[in-house]
Amino acid sequence: MATTSVMGGSVRRREDPALIQGTGIYVDDLSPVGLLHVAFLRSPVARAKITRLDTSRAEATEGVVAVYTHDDVAALGPLLAQVPIGKLRPLLAAGEVNHVGEAIAMVVAENRYVAADAAEAIEVDFDELPAVIDLKQAASDEIKIHDELDSNILHTWTYHGYWDALGLEDQSPEVEAAMEREDAVVVSMEMINQRLIPVAIEPRSVMADYQSGYDRFTVHSSTQVPHALGGAISKTFGMIASDVRVIAPEVGGGFGSKLNVYNDEILVAFASKQLGRPVKWTETRREASGSTIHGRGWLGTATMVGTKDGQFLGYKLHALADMGAYTQNFTVAIPLLGLWIASGQYKMPVSWTVDCVTTNTMTTDAYRGAGRPEAIYYLERIIDAFAREIGMDPFDVRKKNFWQPEEFPALMGCGFSLDTGDYAANVDKLMEKADYPALMEMRDQARKEGRLVGIGVGSYVEVCGFGPAVLAEIGFSWTNYGLPASFNGSGLVRVNPDATVTVVIGTGPTGQGHETTWAQIVGDGLGISVDRIRVLHGDTREHPMGIGTFGSRSVAVDGAATYEATLKVREKAAKLAAHLLEAAEDDIVFADGGAHVAGSPDQRVEWAAIAKAAYQAHTSPDDVDSGLEAHTAFSPGNATWPFGSHIAVVEVDPDTGNVELLRYIGVDDCGNEINPMIVNGQIHGGIAQGAGQALLEDAIYDSAGNMLTGSLLDYTIPTATDLPSFELDRTVTPTDVNPMGVKGVGEAGTIGTAHTIVNAVVDALAPLGVKHVDMPLRPRRVWAAIQEARG
Amino acid sequence: MQVSMTVNGKSVSADVEPRTLLVHFIREQLRLTGTHVGCETGYCGACTIHLDGDAIKSCTIFAVQAEGAEIKTIEGLAENGQLHPVQEGFWERHGLQCGFCTPGMIMSASALLADNDNPTEDEIRHGIEGNLCRCTGYHNIVRAVEYAGAKMRGEEPAPPDWERSD
Repeated sequence: MATTSVMGGSVRRREDPALIQGTGIYVDDLSPVGLLHVAFLRSPVARAKITRLDTSRAEATEGVVAVYTHDDVAALGPLLAQVPIGKLRPLLAAGEVNHVGEAIAMVVAENRYVAADAAEAIEVDFDELPAVIDLKQAASDEIKIHDELDSNILHTWTYHGYWDALGLEDQSPEVEAAMEREDAVVVSMEMINQRLIPVAIEPRSVMADYQSGYDRFTVHSSTQVPHALGGAISKTFGMIASDVRVIAPEVGGGFGSKLNVYNDEILVAFASKQLGRPVKWTETRREASGSTIHGRGWLGTATMVGTKDGQFLGYKLHALADMGAYTQNFTVAIPLLGLWIASGQYKMPVSWTVDCVTTNTMTTDAYRGAGRPEAIYYLERIIDAFAREIGMDPFDVRKKNFWQPEEFPALMGCGFSLDTGDYAANVDKLMEKADYPALMEMRDQARKEGRLVGIGVGSYVEVCGFGPAVLAEIGFSWTNYGLPASFNGSGLVRVNPDATVTVVIGTGPTGQGHETTWAQIVGDGLGISVDRIRVLHGDTREHPMGIGTFGSRSVAVDGAATYEATLKVREKAAKLAAHLLEAAEDDIVFADGGAHVAGSPDQRVEWAAIAKAAYQAHTSPDDVDSGLEAHTAFSPGNATWPFGSHIAVVEVDPDTGNVELLRYIGVDDCGNEINPMIVNGQIHGGIAQGAGQALLEDAIYDSAGNMLTGSLLDYTIPTATDLPSFELDRTVTPTDVNPMGVKGVGEAGTIGTAHTIVNAVVDALAPLGVKHVDMPLRPRRVWAAIQEARG
Repeated sequence: MQVSMTVNGKSVSADVEPRTLLVHFIREQLRLTGTHVGCETGYCGACTIHLDGDAIKSCTIFAVQAEGAEIKTIEGLAENGQLHPVQEGFWERHGLQCGFCTPGMIMSASALLADNDNPTEDEIRHGIEGNLCRCTGYHNIVRAVEYAGAKMRGEEPAPPDWERSD
């Protein structure tokens, strides 16, 4: 494709003018005539039988239109899930509740204040049962949560077994044998990768409008997956897909929390259908904290086996992963994403077992990184501990065990192959950028002065670009919502009669700047200015198929589809231009808003004339159909595997335990970049969320299952004063999985950060003998570790 | 209850329930939906507006408490079709991603710069500490505010830091 300043250029975002002037439209900004509002009554207890449910006072409240409970919606079945292992969530509590925040009843009223009042007027009696919160207790099956399930362990993911068809051998015996070697150094630690709340700043919001005369829905939802929601609604209500139009307008952050189809979305649609009026629900922050999905929640023991000179001989992880009370979209499949990168960037045998455990808490699912930050955290923390044990520089240990550039594609024990990589070069660039020797000297000098300064290093590889058809076989698909199975990319490119371009894509941004990036892809291919290109997304009426935005898949999969569609359009346009210029098709070059004959810039025709010819049959060649558009579905042969390395510099206050993050330096590799400005922004945000997990965030349930972190006062995401400015650079190792060589960058920062910061804090405390402190490294916990180490 | 105030230069008066929050009055009665609700409890800052020149969180007061006040919302920040330097800075320095926190963030930053048009990075970070952003890690927000400060002082802003040498 022609190289212009557009691809690879930091083009300012087309999305921004509306958003900086307060004129962007989010779901809660909509209020059509006749709008009704919803409030839910939610369970205040973690596990109980409901012995009495009386809605009469709520129904009698002035302004209340309807109150619904389980009996009203039982026929609609439980909430659909893609990987239905475990207990599916009833739309409204079915005679029992299993976590605090579970929806028991839905009130529909003339305004939100009345709806909230009426929900409080509902009377419920509970016969409480013991709640199971602790993961080890849950895994013991001492108390089984769901009568109909055999065990609280819903599923076990192991490194082997799933890929038998590939003829892969179980590497566990190799790891076990390595542990028995005389020269083996074995380092093992139990670590917590705590439960997190995604905290999109826009609370989820859904508005459904059922038009009875046409028997169809228009649903606006703050979702990452409008087509999946449309499929779920049409399946639930027995309608054809084109009668359910779902629109995701501006979406105020997602991070995976808006990748689920939720019971509230189905219930709001139900209410609108029952009442024949538009109905809207917007979650409160407390609901966002306790009734929108959580992420992480692992307790695991990682073991590294190696030699004294730093050769890895094997890695073992056994973890319990908290699934929460009910299975939703991908819940039980999330740890599988970690399994695929269990061995990280290292050539070594792995033994990996994660038990998926149900507890009386909110469901967990995909939160930025989804299974990958957990896997990388355990691996990279134990590598750090191993390097410390043998007294070797942590980067040197990593470099000694990396896959080498000539070994790619590198087949891992999990059955996937790493696409491309040059891990050592990435580390070298980081060490140079950070002036690593000077940093170590600074740290050593600070130590002499009695200060607790630490340098943490960390690497990561991730798996993203979810599109390979093989994923559909293991449940990563929308088939249970009635959509085709595989996560293909979708791109439609249409040159309009006025020579502007309409692009329709199968993913929608929740802040990632797709309207700009896709305009760059198409504009570059056609030689048309990005100002004349409109990128449409998030509306099921525009296109029958769209997978949605998650797993850092947008550019690598749907972007690639759009790229290929652009090529098809250009091919047809070349025929038209050749006809108009009386030249050979192969000689046509597109640039600067038109086409010309190679070597003869004066023999030129503008896009306006090409478009006109395309839409009027009498001026186009006989063998060219009218119109100028193409749609492509892109099915990649592999996922993509971005990677990077980071350094964190911290200082710990010995008197308070406060951790100050002084510097954060990252060199990431996401393959080719379309818009470096946007790539930087994605990495910044990812680092902030990783830093949030390392230092601040913790979704806490007490032993009775009460949610203790339901507000943003208790659940502390980073503020501007908690973080430094970030120092970024990149290496560029293009992938060969897609024609643009792009890998994806949405989750990279998050996957690379938490362990890097913990490694830094442990480095700061190492002179005291501290080997590990569990996240989040809040002052009290760090202070306690210092006290304990000092005896 | 009857309430009157000036919003973005226009006098408004309306009949409101006493318990109506100022943010709900602005969004639902005045239909100025650029002011967002992120937490309803005063922590996230998405609802930040100017009340008599000060940045305040409009979910923490009732509409009736703003009786007689001079209110400015994000919709009133650009003047004569010209973006406020902070708005321009957010666009030029990629200070926003999903845009949900952005109006509140811009209102806080513009109040900060009205007091001090040459803040240090530390002062900027403290000035916007009451506004949560989950997308940007604040890095480019700080750059955007620095850009705006330079513009307000009549200086050339520093070049964007994504322009790398390699």
